Amino acid sequence: MATKILLENIEAPGLATFDCYRKLGGYASVEKALKSLSPDSITQEVLKSGLRGRGGAGFPTGMKWNFIDKKSDKPHYFICNFDESEPGTFKDRHIGQLNPHQLIEGMILGSYALGARSAYIYIRGELFYVLNIIEKAIDEAYQKGFLGENIMGSGYSLDLYCQPGGGAYICGEETALIESLEGKRGNPRIKPPFPALVGLYNCPTVVNNVETIANLPWIINHGADAYAALGTLKSKGTKLISACGHINKPGIYEIELGLPVEEFIYSDEYCGGIRNGNQLKAVVAGGSSVPILPAELILKTAKGEPRLLSYESLEEGGFQTGTMLGSGGFIVMDHTACIVKNLLTFARFYHHESCGQCSPCREGTGWMEKILRRIEAGKGSMKEIDLLADIAKHIDGTTICPLGDAAAWPVSSAIRHFRSEFEEHIIQQKCPFTK
Amino acid sequence: MQNEHTTIEFPPETLALVNRIIKRYPEGRQKSALLPLLHIAQSENKGWLSTEMMDYVAILLDIQPIEVYEVASFYSMFNLEPVGNCLIEVCQTGPCWLCGAEEILAHFEKRLGIKSGETTADGRFSLKTVECLAACGNAPVIQVGTDYHENLNIQKVDELLDTWQAENKNSHSNPYL
Repeated sequence: MATKILLENIEAPGLATFDCYRKLGGYASVEKALKSLSPDSITQEVLKSGLRGRGGAGFPTGMKWNFIDKKSDKPHYFICNFDESEPGTFKDRHIGQLNPHQLIEGMILGSYALGARSAYIYIRGELFYVLNIIEKAIDEAYQKGFLGENIMGSGYSLDLYCQPGGGAYICGEETALIESLEGKRGNPRIKPPFPALVGLYNCPTVVNNVETIANLPWIINHGADAYAALGTLKSKGTKLISACGHINKPGIYEIELGLPVEEFIYSDEYCGGIRNGNQLKAVVAGGSSVPILPAELILKTAKGEPRLLSYESLEEGGFQTGTMLGSGGFIVMDHTACIVKNLLTFARFYHHESCGQCSPCREGTGWMEKILRRIEAGKGSMKEIDLLADIAKHIDGTTICPLGDAAAWPVSSAIRHFRSEFEEHIIQQKCPFTK
Repeated sequence: MQNEHTTIEFPPETLALVNRIIKRYPEGRQKSALLPLLHIAQSENKGWLSTEMMDYVAILLDIQPIEVYEVASFYSMFNLEPVGNCLIEVCQTGPCWLCGAEEILAHFEKRLGIKSGETTADGRFSLKTVECLAACGNAPVIQVGTDYHENLNIQKVDELLDTWQAENKNSHSNPYL
């Protein structure tokens, strides 16, 4: 039986209540940490576990914590990034809705390790009903003495609050999130300085994703070695993969990193194959921003090795023939899907969500959407395909935050792998997939 | 809280909620409460933020009105024009599109006799397209108030609309309560 860290008890009735969660062993890691572990030893344990940020960037969590300015006499802040908005990604909602106490338990551990006395869960405003579930769980944790003054007589005190966003994908970028939490527009900050030195209210701050934080109790309970024993050399532990699109069983699956993509798509334990017995055409494996791959390259690398769900295997071949694990938003398309139209929805998304600070992104995302709209409608010209690729190239890497890259990669990869489909739209002067 | 610019005043229980929220932030950082307050203010004003309402929020937080306007205009959940009693938000991004979101939108448009971005003549319904709601596994998805409606098909849309029409649905209740 594969180890489950995040979904082990997810189907237990009443898991969102303190009593049920506690009965299943909840908050044991907080007891252990506050009684017998120093903040530094928790950071060391997280570093040793090999846990990497599950929001999409995959940065080692323990390393991020180590950057915090320990000498600063300013307050330290720990923030949970619950701005889940990357198209194809719907895993954090699952945790927040069904297992809020595991997130709270992780927030207490992270806050204690970082010396934070106040912590915030920033959740996208659309998920207000999840915010209300989490706030109820926070109230229970206060009543039971796991939050507030002098937690379990340890002398450590922590206040935890939820903050709703207002509808802005960009606030998933950590410095934009901090701006938003300060009551401002979600404009990303220029880095450096990084939040670990200058974050919320100019104080040392760490921002981690929901799934990352929900892993912490297990790591403290079972130890870094047990966590690092799961997964592959460079991809430790488990990962939530949210699978959607043209599959028989869309949903959220917890996999041990290193699972073959082919097994994930076709096994009944996971996606259960392509709907209606159709042919697999393409996959966007890690949320809308990662390069799209055609069936042959998502199932096997260019070298002919089986492609695995791990950071390093999905990156095999670079952007020419590979992609990224990203957030684990796994979007599957069968042979009936129009790659150009799907790309157009992504281009419209990034245009809508660009904060407007950097010219390449502000102007480029709108320009790409316009061209794609023309091509998709059968009114494009051949030279516009190269123009599109050229615009994407000039957005990639030229902006303050990664939204520019995220907008460029889907475009350049779709042209790289599905150029003939763009050409078909232009030759036929219509979308070849419309009936 | 009395003020000279506006006649708006939240009822006591809403003001109590506002004050509880402001206390979540350090002294002098009350501006952090702006997004929560805009959600509340919008619910107190039939689902949209008038200039007068935003000025009132500025007074509650002791900040300049421009600091409220620039934020309200940045985030997609805040409506700066009046909307119908029931605001229907239809996701259109990739995964929902792959699973038939265009047909869902077209059916809402047909049943309500309006296009996306419009309000019915009787003021009861507004229709709006939105970007990814992070529920892609249950596509197509719509949001109404704080409720998600998932795995939609034409029949479910009909059932929802019948219910909302019969009960005169209002989607603008205070999201915290």
